[in-house]
Amino acid sequence: MSAIDPLRDRRETLAGLARSRQASRAFTGLVIFGAIVLPFFYPSGSGFIDDSTTALAYVVMALGLNIVVGFAGLLDLGYVAFFAIGAFTTGWFASAFYADANGGAGIHLFVTGPAAELPGIHMNFLLVLVAAVVLTAVAGALIGLPTLRLRGDYIAIVTLAFGEIVGRVAINGDEIKLAQDYPLTRGRQGITPVDKIDLPFVDQFTSLNLRPWYWTALGLALLTLFVNFRLRDSRLGRAWIAVREDEVAAASMGVPLVRTKLLAYATGAAFGGMSGAFLGSYLNTVNADQFEFSFSIFILAMIILGGLGSIWGVVVGAIALSFINNRLIPDVFNTWPAKVGLDFDLTELSFGIFGFLLVIMMVLRPAGLLPERRRRLELAEGVGAGEEDLYEARA
Amino acid sequence: MRGFLGQYGLIVVLLVLPVVYGIQDLQQDGDLSRLGNNLMDGLSNGAIWALVALGYTLVYGIIELINFAHGDVFMIGSFVAFGFYGTIGLSTATGTVGLLGGLAVTLLVAMLACASLNVMIERVAYRPLRNAPKLAPLITAVGFSFILQNVGLLWLGGSQRGVPDLIESQKELVNLGGVSISQGDALALAVTAPLVLLLTGFVATSRIGKAMRATAQDPEAARLMGINVDTTISLTFLLGGLLAGAAGLIYALYQTTIWFFQGFQAGLIAFTAAVMGGIGNLRGAVLGGLIIGCIQQISDNRIGAEWTPAIVFGYLVLIMVFRPQGLLGEETREAG
Repeated sequence: MSAIDPLRDRRETLAGLARSRQASRAFTGLVIFGAIVLPFFYPSGSGFIDDSTTALAYVVMALGLNIVVGFAGLLDLGYVAFFAIGAFTTGWFASAFYADANGGAGIHLFVTGPAAELPGIHMNFLLVLVAAVVLTAVAGALIGLPTLRLRGDYIAIVTLAFGEIVGRVAINGDEIKLAQDYPLTRGRQGITPVDKIDLPFVDQFTSLNLRPWYWTALGLALLTLFVNFRLRDSRLGRAWIAVREDEVAAASMGVPLVRTKLLAYATGAAFGGMSGAFLGSYLNTVNADQFEFSFSIFILAMIILGGLGSIWGVVVGAIALSFINNRLIPDVFNTWPAKVGLDFDLTELSFGIFGFLLVIMMVLRPAGLLPERRRRLELAEGVGAGEEDLYEARA
Repeated sequence: MRGFLGQYGLIVVLLVLPVVYGIQDLQQDGDLSRLGNNLMDGLSNGAIWALVALGYTLVYGIIELINFAHGDVFMIGSFVAFGFYGTIGLSTATGTVGLLGGLAVTLLVAMLACASLNVMIERVAYRPLRNAPKLAPLITAVGFSFILQNVGLLWLGGSQRGVPDLIESQKELVNLGGVSISQGDALALAVTAPLVLLLTGFVATSRIGKAMRATAQDPEAARLMGINVDTTISLTFLLGGLLAGAAGLIYALYQTTIWFFQGFQAGLIAFTAAVMGGIGNLRGAVLGGLIIGCIQQISDNRIGAEWTPAIVFGYLVLIMVFRPQGLLGEETREAG
């Protein structure tokens, strides 16, 4: 590779970007419009809307994890912890789980419909959402705190350990009593049923009509997208990327490392909590089996597939993987092993498939399907060229 | 005070569990035999973790990578051993001589299988990423861990699988003042100790061991000195795989149940052990393995097995935060 080429590439890319800005705005608008009208083309209770809703919830989580891993470069292998905390917030504050609250009469805050009659704590979904965001943001910062002095793979292991501890607490939470008859969780049995979402000015959601659920998930995803874009281009976002690229250089340029990293953990976690709170209500159960390590990897695979740090890439990765997981593997490919004379259930192997995907992506296309602009430029410039020369000299 | 905590804090934290339950035993039973039995079981479990932990520490020492798939290589070792029993027809009815010979062959097969698997993983998933950012090989390691788990799942199914209790592992061999040493304990220690001695001797004295240490210190300089770095790294993975295979067989004989998920747990436990001893430090890994084994056994027996993983991970976090260099390790770059 000569020294001139990458420079020309970059100039062309930058010029192209300026020209294509208008086009990309129009394209974004079109995509959003398409996403809004999509459910009208399918029956209101169809499996497709169901899968799309889950996919959108995963988009929120993947974008949250992308802040920590993609922007700030802190590998978090315990992201499932925030899904768990968010979902449990819904379980605690929007179900009949604490049936003895307020002497059996229950506590009701801005809820209508059947939930208003039930015992237990029932809060409006919006309140639950805020509570989940606050709780997970605090949890994210707390989990981030001990990793501040560590670097790279040690962070991954500490977050993994925290994720496992949260998972263990979720499984054994029925043994932990906050007070008499107030256990922390209901373990593997799960907290169920959970209140349906109850938003002001619209009818109570039902499990028969999935469209409102879809739009809620879409709303959350769009909100997350907006916040992600604004954050990425903000002072904080630039600080995250600076920390990712070179911690020492960032610190010497005046980036406060502790605050920057903790904010990355907290913000990333908050989105996980938001999505978790939604999924708790949508799936109608908060069950300890949902919170396993493999889920963290599932979300991580999404952002690696899409392109670490690339917001649109992450969206594509999340939608692709969640459809592969919920639709392609169980419905389409599942008959394949039988066709070639093998006898196993492909759904059992889904995580092996994701593992394979991680390896293949990392080795063949480490920047992801839609690489982040900054990374693409770096790769085009050939940052590692010096080392490569060294290797060639040896051979 | 601060200096004292930094120096001895970890040791104090580690001693809390045995001391508390030792006092409790003395009050309730009047002797320490229950704690002694816990510790004995802990040591033999810990011997298995030590073998796995050595694999982590060897690899980390040389390329600073947490070989996340290592625990699953160990799991495959158990599966290979179990499969090989069937092939050569070992059962509880086999006579002593045949049993010992058969187990020796099984040990060899399991070790070789895991070693070649480990070398293959290094070749496919880590070597292409040698110059990539540090997180890239870690992610492929996680990916391989999932692939191996699914191989195990396909192989023997999703539930726990009973292994013929060839050595009657629970049968008491000797009883030392209320502390019973079972045949399983004896086997675990009898296989682990020579392997560990061989390995440390190999790394300390052999030419290849010297090359490994040189590569660990500075790959560039090692290359300039004429050391083939790629081969040396492959050999390191080979050694780690050999030990994981041995651990896999001992685990199958000792626990008499195996399943595809054992590797994930074992991997994290062994990694904790490696970090506790000081990652990159061979003796540290063994020490850490034995300590974690004891903590685990005490927690299983007293607090409840369902909490053990949380307790082990709790220790992992504490060590990472307060003494990332571990008990015996030197200050690493990570610790700074």
